[in-house]
Amino acid sequence: MNRRLLPWLTLGTLLALWEVLVRLAQIPAYTLPTPSLIALTLWQNLPSLAVSWWFTLKITFGALLLACAGGVLIAAVFALSRRVEAAFLPIAVMLQVTPLVAIAPLILIYIENTTAALLLCAWVVAFFPILSNTVLGLRAADPNLHELFRLYRATPLQRLRLLLVPSAVPYFVAGLKISGGLSLIGAVTAEMVAGVAGRETGLASRILEASFRTETPKMFAALTLLVLTGVLIFWLFDLLARRLLGRWQLPGHK
Amino acid sequence: MGTASGSITLQEVDKRFGTGVLALEGASLEVAQGEFVALLGPSGCGKSTVLRLVAGLEAATGGTVDAPALRDPAEAATAFVFQEPTLMPWASVFDNVWLPLRLAGVSREQALPRIRALLASVGLAQFTAAHPAQLSGGMRMRASIARALVTEPRVLLMDEPFAALDEITRSRINLDLLAWWQARSLSVLFVTHSLYEAAFLSQRVLVMSARPGRLVAEVRIDAPYPRTREFRLSPVYQQACRDLSRALDAAHVESLA
Ligand SMILES: Nc1ncnc2c1ncn2[C@@H]1O[C@H](COP(=O)(O)OP(=O)(O)OP(=O)(O)O)[C@@H](O)[C@H]1O
Ligand SMILES: [Mg+2]
Repeated sequence: MNRRLLPWLTLGTLLALWEVLVRLAQIPAYTLPTPSLIALTLWQNLPSLAVSWWFTLKITFGALLLACAGGVLIAAVFALSRRVEAAFLPIAVMLQVTPLVAIAPLILIYIENTTAALLLCAWVVAFFPILSNTVLGLRAADPNLHELFRLYRATPLQRLRLLLVPSAVPYFVAGLKISGGLSLIGAVTAEMVAGVAGRETGLASRILEASFRTETPKMFAALTLLVLTGVLIFWLFDLLARRLLGRWQLPGHK
Repeated sequence: MGTASGSITLQEVDKRFGTGVLALEGASLEVAQGEFVALLGPSGCGKSTVLRLVAGLEAATGGTVDAPALRDPAEAATAFVFQEPTLMPWASVFDNVWLPLRLAGVSREQALPRIRALLASVGLAQFTAAHPAQLSGGMRMRASIARALVTEPRVLLMDEPFAALDEITRSRINLDLLAWWQARSLSVLFVTHSLYEAAFLSQRVLVMSARPGRLVAEVRIDAPYPRTREFRLSPVYQQACRDLSRALDAAHVESLA
């Protein structure tokens, strides 16, 4: 059996089973809709769902972009000075371990602009893996290569550009892979806390809205879009990682 | 390129590391401009430390280290080859070899003819665009040596460069190394664990005692270059191996006493 086909086959079988069982047991759509009904609902509501989807995407990738900028910048400072790292790492860890749902309401109070508040919420969850991975990567360069740069009297800038940054790239990409998924989770969680208010709203708000009206098929339709987005993000960064790491691979390392 | 002499002088050098380890005590040695000298000794006796002192990567805690090549401000006149090829895995063979020149501000275009010729002479003409992961161990070491030679250094420091290679590759690259050395005005200080390699390659072998390292014996190998595979069968080579073996044993016994 083809390994690439296997997951699709499993998924197809499960969906078929779902469809058949729900029909046989005559479960009402507001309790559990069939996959075909979900697909139909998704199709019929596509224009309005797409707008919300776009909003969620913007928050997700916006937060990820800021997480990259912030994570890399802080990592560079940490890598330069162990003292600064010792001073500030605990704070970064505290931010990381605090559940977002617990601080999101506060952030939403303090920041008037909902979009900015959502961005900040998603950023808080997304930046840490990039930070910690990049710090690791900046320190991962071969010590003998460091010696070589010393022997040839490299300037600090040359060392940064030609040694530290290239060494850190694979680590950064690994962090990006984790943060990509986290920023979607962060965006959706924050939206859930923010509720349906606001002019522009994302997929989470549509799920909430549909749940108030017991439009279960619509909830599932929005959920399907979220799942697809998550998978897409994972797939995208996985591809990027493979592309890069293939070239970066150390001789003798797997 | 460089005009500085490739001589190396260590006088009564001590090296105590911050950890308190006394690696060298009263180590003295001399390498003349253009000479090929091997450094032999038990593991941990301070051979790498000697090379790092000569390269200026470490400072002596006593005595004097003099290597004019290192003082030459204009050139990268001292080169180092590690036990591992130590190539940048993300860069092509060309870019790896270019590195020392690049750090000195030489552009790719300026460096191109020189690197092409050098890579051809080390047998990597077909692999300029390859990445280190695509090369065999022997080819990686060749690239590493090309990188060391690209600045036309006066002093080449080699720290057990072929220890990880198989016997056949190793004897092949030994022959090539002698050819590269002969084509240049270059002093080589070559650290090895293998007395056979030391006897085959060098004009002089220095034997070190166990830690704290000192130079305890010297064996001259008075045989002309180019040396071929047949040199291994010659009486001079075999006598040198016997002498080295005895000197190593003596150094070991002394360290136990
Ligand atoms: N940076 C360092 N800090 C503390 N101790 C060190 C350092 N470098 C080397 N040493 C110690 O100094 C001694 C000599 O080390 P060195 O690496 O020069 O030995 P070596 O002769 O090259 O050994 P080997 O044959 O195993 O490579 C060892 O005991 C080692 O542990
Ligand atoms: Mg050593």
